[in-house]
Amino acid sequence: MTGGRLLTGWGGTAPTRATVLSSGDGPALAEAVRYAGERGVIARGLGRSYGDAACNGGGIVVNMTARADVLAWDLDRGLISVEAGLSLNELLALAIPHGWFVPVLPGTGQVTIGGAISADVHGKNHHAGGTFCRHVASFDLLTADGLVRTVTPNADFEVFWATAGGMGLTGLVLRATVRLVQVETAWMVVDTERAADLDTVLAELADGDERYPYSAAWVDLGTGGARTGRGVLTRGRHARRDDLPPAMRSGSLLYRPRHQLTVPPGVPRQVLNRCSLSMFNEAWYRRAPRHRRGELQPMSDFLYPLDAVGRWNRLYGSRGFVQYQFVLPFGAEVALRRVVAQITASKHAPFLAVLKRLGSADPGPLSFPIAGWTLALDLAASPELGPLLDQLDDLVAEAGGRVYLAKDARMRASVLPRMYSRLDDFRAIREALDPRRVFNSDLARRLAL
Amino acid sequence: MIDALGTPQSLLLLGGTSDIGLAIAYRYLSLRRIRIVLAGRASDRLDAASARLIAAGASVETVEFDAANTDPHESLIEGIFAMGDIDVAVVAFGLLDQQCIGDLRPSRAVEIARVNYLGAVSVGVTLARAMCRQGHGAIVALSSVAGERVRGSNFLYGSTKAGMDAFYTGLGDCLAGSGVRVVVVRPGHVRTKMTAHLPDAPLATTPDAVAAAVTNAVWSGRQQVWVPRLMRPVMSVLRHLPRSVFRRLPL
Repeated sequence: MTGGRLLTGWGGTAPTRATVLSSGDGPALAEAVRYAGERGVIARGLGRSYGDAACNGGGIVVNMTARADVLAWDLDRGLISVEAGLSLNELLALAIPHGWFVPVLPGTGQVTIGGAISADVHGKNHHAGGTFCRHVASFDLLTADGLVRTVTPNADFEVFWATAGGMGLTGLVLRATVRLVQVETAWMVVDTERAADLDTVLAELADGDERYPYSAAWVDLGTGGARTGRGVLTRGRHARRDDLPPAMRSGSLLYRPRHQLTVPPGVPRQVLNRCSLSMFNEAWYRRAPRHRRGELQPMSDFLYPLDAVGRWNRLYGSRGFVQYQFVLPFGAEVALRRVVAQITASKHAPFLAVLKRLGSADPGPLSFPIAGWTLALDLAASPELGPLLDQLDDLVAEAGGRVYLAKDARMRASVLPRMYSRLDDFRAIREALDPRRVFNSDLARRLAL
Repeated sequence: MIDALGTPQSLLLLGGTSDIGLAIAYRYLSLRRIRIVLAGRASDRLDAASARLIAAGASVETVEFDAANTDPHESLIEGIFAMGDIDVAVVAFGLLDQQCIGDLRPSRAVEIARVNYLGAVSVGVTLARAMCRQGHGAIVALSSVAGERVRGSNFLYGSTKAGMDAFYTGLGDCLAGSGVRVVVVRPGHVRTKMTAHLPDAPLATTPDAVAAAVTNAVWSGRQQVWVPRLMRPVMSVLRHLPRSVFRRLPL
């Protein structure tokens, strides 16, 4: 099935038209790849990349979500082989009742396995668990020659790690085998506390690395002065059976997906303005307990904060929004404070900024995480935002940091090599795998990947 | 790509010495270094425009282009797209003569019609086809309020602009859903080299003001722009005046 459609990323900006191929079987895909036109092919999952990573103006976009079967399951060892269109949330719902858990989950479960590999996603436990691809035993990659190869980190180190975070440009990930980890319950034990300013948030997060496998902080960047960067820390660990009250122990592995309210289409873009944002930020801060220890939360509530409200991207109206997520290495706290100061001083108030510590980097040349502080903020799209973010890019690049490609929708191509020092390694592998540029996307063209 | 915040990476000016076209280029250049293709007749003015854009940080290519000679348009524009995506193309060429009927030679009238209408149609179709293939882009057509209701004192220019305005407005609707947008710009009297010999009209504006309106429309997706905005209600009134009254107005 094919048809032309206007596509955007989750941010809803810069639509382009592509021919959408709803993938049926492997041979059809291999044929699409072999006979791709000059605009090329890119895979698309659930469209949660904020920018143009899964858009391909004038080319082919393969909708992978129809390929969502479980292929093999080794319950003893926790190895599961699935098709790439299965979502992480579906995978989690399958695994939990058997006492297995998906070891890396980003802020939403609405991400396909293929998307998780291509963006090499991280979660609140990155400092303890690394990126998603660290837990991938192998995947099947349909490459530009139309052949399917099984890629493992040992036998094909370079191709494996170029695909991890490679934004779909090495080939179509068709299937993957994921190593799950064991858990005793579907619950988390969560500590929540407020911190009055940015320095306290940083100190608290740094202090908690050892104690909490999962941690993140929401920070308020809409409020200036001494309260700049005040935040709410939520940190936790998996609950053991004996953490649960006896009455809950029998159903301890019952997984409840988040129940969703959905934002209707047609929200005017004026709804999120400086005033409503600052009221929201104030309420969010006040509503958090000063300090609460050991609260039991259902896994999905803790892990998927972004799934509390469906289609929340519509809140930004027809012009959309961008998410700016960067990481700065530890030791570059001065740069982090400068970025925060510039954002707070601007008239672009972010709605929900999230700060977290990342652990050491994995080998992917385009894989985003490096050891350091990562800050993600959502900003309503407007032309005036451009110069500010360009400035922040320079600041981040100079301090040894980088911007997350799965979130990007506006960066200059010229700053990319300054952020990803191993960009040329990636380009060399792409050149070897795909000299015809069969795999291409708006992101790849925009950033000259 | 026109990015999420409305900044293009490449700009094509058809009519490479147009003051309004160059003002649009400078406006984008104040934000980012972009690639600019200047298409126009070879002249010192074109070279000077290119040099100034390079000095302002652009990477510039110049291409020889004559709006009146429509035969080579397709191969020429296809050649430009073959060098890389064009995100925004500005149709900025046009001829303006103010002549009374006694002085107007038929051959000059046909030349003006050929440039302003046929030339615009020829590049419009070619641009639309090329941009549809790339799945994105914006075509900016510099029309004029003169085409909204054609005056006796400017009937030739007005009629060509009426035609090109209708063409690009319809083209925009035809391209709905294609990822390609058409922005029809209707400025009033703009103080440029084209109008230097004319007295200032009421609601006169500048190339910079037109450029600001254009970049804003490219970002927001608006398909019709009046500069200044007051021109819209003013022209709405003028459009509905009885002909006997309109004819007597000192316009």
